[in-house]
Amino acid sequence: MKIKVKVTLKNGVLDPQGKAIQQTLNGMNFSNVEEVRQGKFFEININENDETKAKSQVEDMCKKLLANLVIEDYQII
Amino acid sequence: MKSSVIIFPGSNCDRDMDVALKKFGFKNQMIWHNDKTIPKSDLIVLPGGFSYGDYLRCGSIASKSKIIKSVIDFANSGGLVLGICNGFQILTETGLLPGILQQNMYLNFICKNVFIKIKDKKNKYFKNIKKDILELHIAHNEGNYFCSEQELKSLEDNSQIAITYCDSKGLENDDNNPNGAIKNIAGIFNKSKNILGMMPHPERMIDKYLSGEDGSLFFENLLENLR
Repeated sequence: MKIKVKVTLKNGVLDPQGKAIQQTLNGMNFSNVEEVRQGKFFEININENDETKAKSQVEDMCKKLLANLVIEDYQII
Repeated sequence: MKSSVIIFPGSNCDRDMDVALKKFGFKNQMIWHNDKTIPKSDLIVLPGGFSYGDYLRCGSIASKSKIIKSVIDFANSGGLVLGICNGFQILTETGLLPGILQQNMYLNFICKNVFIKIKDKKNKYFKNIKKDILELHIAHNEGNYFCSEQELKSLEDNSQIAITYCDSKGLENDDNNPNGAIKNIAGIFNKSKNILGMMPHPERMIDKYLSGEDGSLFFENLLENLR
């Protein structure tokens, strides 16, 4: 089973890369781009048929490794 | 005094640290990350570098390596653990130190000498050190220390801020903050101050002809405090 995870910076945490991407887009004439926040995306192939169990395991992975909860939030999608 | 330097794949300041520790009288041993135990030590050092290629987040993979459980056990039993640069990043990822080192505010890799102010001397690392301001070297892409307001208050209340970026006279402001770190923080302790994480490299400042000797002060003083 494939589980997808999105890790994003928490609101209020400075994202200098996102800012640089936004400024570049503005410079490419995408002048209406007001903000860009960059994040990470994971596809995890897990040998488990029970979706609830798989998601619960992936949640554990998020807390322990995939996200740093000081600055990041995760979403299992 | 015995010290152990842990080597991860991608560590690159391990040998410099070995040279520095031996120069000032430590009996140092190098420990591979795949080992599970650390021989008896008075000090464990997590050196600078790019452990595991900085994959995922700096220090995150190293913080789950085989050797780390021994480091955590040693730290929790009161042993001295020093993390320099990537070592500091690893310490925050293990949870031994609060907060995280984010990418530098202006997205540039910084490699230069900086001045740092010692904020607390009631600990084994800085007790009796003669100077208040040291000139040390930094070389990092992720040194922008960040933590929640609550954590920051706790760091301040417990005198856990070890060193801050400043100018040669000790002035701490945005102009003297190379990477955007909150409150100019360059290094912090855990609550009991046996664990120190810092971005600057004292091991690069141990030769009066090549660099400067403020790193020598740090190591000489540390050894003296451990005797």
